[in-house]
Amino acid sequence: MKYVDEFRDPELIRKISEEIHRLVDPNYHYRFMEVCGGHTFSIFRFGLQNLLPENIELVHGPGCPVCILPMGRMDDGLSIAQQPNVIFTAFGDVMRVPGKHGTPLELKARGADIRMVYSPLDALKIALDHPDRQVVLFAIGFETTAPSTALTLMRARELDVSNFSVFSNHVLIIPAIQAILDSPDMRIDGFIGPGHVSSVIGAHPYEFIAKKYRKPIVISGFEPLDLLQSILMLVKQMREGRFEVENQYSRVVPSEGNISALDVMKEVFEIRPLFEWRGLGTIPQSALKLRPEFAKWDAEVRFQIEGARVNDPQMAQCGEVLKGVLKPHQCKLFGKECTPEHPVGALMVSSEGACAAYYHYVHLQDTVGK
Amino acid sequence: MKTAKVHFTDSCIELAHGAGGKASRRLIEGLLVPYMMGDKPTELNDAAYVDADGCRLAFTADSFVVNPRVFPGGSIGELAVNGTINDLAMGGAKPLALVTTLILEAGLATSELEREVAAIAKAAQRAGVPVVGGDTKVVEHGKADGLFITTAGIGLTDPRVSLSAKNVQPGDQVILSGPIGDHGITVLLARGELDLEADLTSDTRPLWPFVSALIEGAAPGLRWLRDPTRGGVATALNELARDAQVAVMLDEEAIPVRPAVRGACEILGLDPLHIANEGQFLAIVSPEYADIALKTLRSVPGGEDAQRIGEIQAEPKKAVLARSRYGGTRMIDMLIGDPLPRIC
Repeated sequence: MKYVDEFRDPELIRKISEEIHRLVDPNYHYRFMEVCGGHTFSIFRFGLQNLLPENIELVHGPGCPVCILPMGRMDDGLSIAQQPNVIFTAFGDVMRVPGKHGTPLELKARGADIRMVYSPLDALKIALDHPDRQVVLFAIGFETTAPSTALTLMRARELDVSNFSVFSNHVLIIPAIQAILDSPDMRIDGFIGPGHVSSVIGAHPYEFIAKKYRKPIVISGFEPLDLLQSILMLVKQMREGRFEVENQYSRVVPSEGNISALDVMKEVFEIRPLFEWRGLGTIPQSALKLRPEFAKWDAEVRFQIEGARVNDPQMAQCGEVLKGVLKPHQCKLFGKECTPEHPVGALMVSSEGACAAYYHYVHLQDTVGK
Repeated sequence: MKTAKVHFTDSCIELAHGAGGKASRRLIEGLLVPYMMGDKPTELNDAAYVDADGCRLAFTADSFVVNPRVFPGGSIGELAVNGTINDLAMGGAKPLALVTTLILEAGLATSELEREVAAIAKAAQRAGVPVVGGDTKVVEHGKADGLFITTAGIGLTDPRVSLSAKNVQPGDQVILSGPIGDHGITVLLARGELDLEADLTSDTRPLWPFVSALIEGAAPGLRWLRDPTRGGVATALNELARDAQVAVMLDEEAIPVRPAVRGACEILGLDPLHIANEGQFLAIVSPEYADIALKTLRSVPGGEDAQRIGEIQAEPKKAVLARSRYGGTRMIDMLIGDPLPRIC
């Protein structure tokens, strides 16, 4: 497959892996965080950890939008879904996220009209097809998906669709990284920067990581070769005592980002003063809400959502896992009460979640003996 | 074979209970089997065996509720015939006859019903298996989704083979009849919910000609057969690993997947190993018969792409693993619920 197979060439992968082994300081334990859930997924899927020296530890970060969604937001969304005459739409990832009274799939089974969509425009189309129903999009995602929600809202305004609204749970990546860097138990040596998010925001917003916190960051693609090359670039920076933002994924990520995507986001969204993240607590200026001009299409306004607060399940240690303090299998609930089929914490829901990835791909690794 | 006790505690039925993965298994083992078959040790296969006057008959039934009813390469009527024939074939039985029940929703266009009845007739004729009876019910508009078909089939087992998970041994080879995922991805795209197009058709076809050839060529080495429909290859092999108390080690590179299926799975974040098939099957064959089985399969028209894709190991028990081309190993779990696309 063009543009994929080139980045899965076993010979090149072997060479980069050897070079990483050659350049690492054997007396140092490296901790690199892959911020993005897509990276976590690729690392497990291709078994990349096996190709790295034992003293490189990959820490799975907060970049899966499903995983960081607090239960209160889920409950708010599902309370809308249960109102009469509502068609509630959400992406596939969301369908298994537990609220206090069940997942969207469970509520659907009990009769709520909950539909999976593949893009925000699909939800708008459902609204146009059902003018007598209220259609709500449960929007999630970082800067990667926010522009398509914004474009959909602009389209809804253009067509003056009165039965469509968006419950925005869009979040921002920079405040999340900042929160991790400021966390007292922070132990990260460098960051594998998110590829998709950066294709929107560019490379410049990460400068503070290098300058203020003196940590290297390499924006990476998602193929095995991309990730190994990014890890090599991080090792080289550390070896040479550099702290820079480097862009391994330059074939997709322009340094200045995608200006038109950023423009539509600015037109539709404003930054929330506070937003709760699962496991990380409340992070200032870390999420997007609809601007007052779009109040007509804002589900929080239309359905008068006050904002439920639900404590994370007791015993679940999602926060520690998100910050890299614990490996997923070290959580007390991992593989027992919390499984992909019955997730307690959201990290077990999405295939991008560190716990689900661990559960699917490596929890038998010890038995296998690699 | 006695399987571990399962308790079904889910409060209501969800779509996942019909998706062929973990939830389906839990429903069947935790609720249906205990009531219908009691505590008798039972092996859950695609077909059940009934002994009658020295003959061993295979007996099966399957229901078809696919949406959309017509898709590139097939339709619900064709699936209803092929699927039941394949359940018999996977039991090592020559299909003898079918009966089929139609559940019609009031309002279904006669032209559509006629098209599907013609598809049933054509598929039965192609496979050389007559439809000898059936039943028709009509339900109120809104009480069904147009047309549901249930097909039951009876077949005669070949005395040269005994197919069961309990026969599977470490060292046995895993053979796959051809590329996976064609049916599942074709139907997903045919729903028209995705702005994706691919030059793909469903792989629905009767598998008895392949099984018949395998029995002729490699009967003493045949241990277990399964067509990986809902839940895909991953789920079928996990069931085998669990029932046989063995490990399945797959060579990921050897698993045939068409570029269009691979591409769609890449975009949607799905694993081809979890995608449904209708015209492929897995065979576990003893090592000394693996080459002959593969050669035999490849000699049957439509079996040219058959591959040896892995091996049975003693440990770790009840696990399916895949070795990547880079030397990494990953665990392959059963399908959980329906395959859900990722957003980024």
